[in-house]
Amino acid sequence: MTISPPQAPQQRPSSSQRQTPLATRVQRDAAERAAKSIRGRRIRSRIVIGLMFLASALAVLPLLLILFHLLREGLQSVSPSFFTELPAPPGDPGGGMANAIIGTLILITVAAAVGLPVGIGAGMYVAENRGTRLASLVRFLADVLNGLPSIVIGIFAWQVLVRPIGNFSALAGGVALGVMMIPLVTRSTEEMIRLVPNSLREAALALGYSEARTSLSIVLRTALPGIVTGALVAVSRIAGETAPLLFTALGNQFWSLALDQPIAALPLQIYYYATSPYAEQRALAWAGALVLIGIVLLISLGARMATRNRFGLGSGD
Amino acid sequence: MSEPLHPAPGIDVSLPSGDDVSLRPRGASPGDRLYRGFILACALAIPVLIALIAIEVFVGGWPTLREFGVSFLTSSEWDPANGVFGAAPAIFGTLVSSALALVLATPLALGVAIFLAEFAPNWLRQPLAFLVDLLAAIPSVVYGFWGIVFLVPLLRESVMPFLGDTLGLANTPFFSGPAYGRSMLAAGVILAIMILPYISAVSREVLMAVPRSQREAALALGATRWEMIRDAVVPYAKSGLFGGISVGLGRALGETMAVTMVIGNRAEISASLFAPGYTMASVIANEFTEATDDLHLSALMAIGAVLLIITIIVNAVARWLVWRVSRERTA
Repeated sequence: MTISPPQAPQQRPSSSQRQTPLATRVQRDAAERAAKSIRGRRIRSRIVIGLMFLASALAVLPLLLILFHLLREGLQSVSPSFFTELPAPPGDPGGGMANAIIGTLILITVAAAVGLPVGIGAGMYVAENRGTRLASLVRFLADVLNGLPSIVIGIFAWQVLVRPIGNFSALAGGVALGVMMIPLVTRSTEEMIRLVPNSLREAALALGYSEARTSLSIVLRTALPGIVTGALVAVSRIAGETAPLLFTALGNQFWSLALDQPIAALPLQIYYYATSPYAEQRALAWAGALVLIGIVLLISLGARMATRNRFGLGSGD
Repeated sequence: MSEPLHPAPGIDVSLPSGDDVSLRPRGASPGDRLYRGFILACALAIPVLIALIAIEVFVGGWPTLREFGVSFLTSSEWDPANGVFGAAPAIFGTLVSSALALVLATPLALGVAIFLAEFAPNWLRQPLAFLVDLLAAIPSVVYGFWGIVFLVPLLRESVMPFLGDTLGLANTPFFSGPAYGRSMLAAGVILAIMILPYISAVSREVLMAVPRSQREAALALGATRWEMIRDAVVPYAKSGLFGGISVGLGRALGETMAVTMVIGNRAEISASLFAPGYTMASVIANEFTEATDDLHLSALMAIGAVLLIITIIVNAVARWLVWRVSRERTA
């Protein structure tokens, strides 16, 4: 079945009203294809949609491959001793990454101690002073900070906290990760606070609450589940970071909980073992990668649960 | 003067809303001032941090920049043992691997974004979007490890012989030479996988910001679903889509660990994608802890400074492009 050719675009309307580009384009293309049947065009449309489906499948394929390899190789090497023992000397079987797991948790704690207060405070500032020049600038710069390569932030932490002090430290690594957290937390906090209805703030102020008390015990508390979600997402982003730790936290083969000493971290340990010539160490690297992904996914899952909780609360009013 | 009275129930005392009307009480209490000071300090911490990062990295790299000048950027001799530092191979490697990643990832990412935003049936949309997002959650070092164990052998044993011999591309300079597994090609492929979720997430958001009327108008004019996308949706979202691609580019330029693990780390400029290379980020990651003399350290920080400038420019452009689409939507 054929479709009659649509009218070719009339010569430009004499009125000052300009023709929309959309109509021009569609009509031009339709006119071009007037000779073709609508069936051909529909088939073409189907084919392109099919190709997009293929693209989606192809995009997900590496993920499935990675997860498959991780599970196959990692599950063989994860044993109770992986969680309780220190790394074995090179070439010796056994050993674990207990110190690296604890080290990662310590680094995350330091990062959160740096990144959360600053990020939440900045997010509140941007949300409460919306439209001012400084707030827009801070928002823009938060995106810029978020886009900085993590290795450059590592150099910064090294210059500020390692070089003057003279040794690598958990503190420097945690601060580097904390700096990376700040823009993530700022943006998520800002978005969550914007969701709080203005009427809540107005009601609190009308009741005589001070500005600080309104912001902290009304606005912040209402937005809290969302802010927690944002914080967890930020933590899950930095938990697997390696580059900023290379020359700050450095890594450590032994137990160390001290903030002023080099500390082991899961991503670092995976990096060192992944490139190791010893099969035992590469096997441990798989186990470490599996555990690291597990930690990251657990945190993301926690973030999702917190969000669900927020929607649960939200439906009440 | 009369104090405001407590309103009787039922009397409308709704405050005028709007950004220009201050709801703040006149005299700020000490608590308020403390609170305002705290959030202002937090907000100012971000510009200060960026300035500090830039200053520290530039100060660290200054001795090298002063000694080598422009030739630091153009010289391709990188010889730490003899104190000669030219960043050209690393800059070249960063640009080529990122460009390769964009070429590979962009069509797929746009396909994913359009499929998710327009065509995916409801039962498929959520799980598919979740899986694509999951790609962004995998740590870089895990990508690198998987790259070493799976991707590099695959490239060396199947893909490179296929491209070179079966397709006969070995005669061109881009696919010539021995098929090292760890190569520019491996870096480009792993980067493509890593930046795909970023490009598709931004693109999808931009596509969903295109007004319904735009689609309905195209359909009403007789367009098929694909013609609707091509003629009505994509042109409208074009600048935002470029923004998404630039976000991906920014990620690719600064990506460190995965690239360091698969690119081969050789400071040479080679036209062949089969040859090993180096990137700015991987030079720093690879040599920083081993650098013993001050000039070497400062050369690495100078590379960091160059990388910093490039990524700031790319990210600013990306943000501006995305902002243009969202502004059109609200206008």
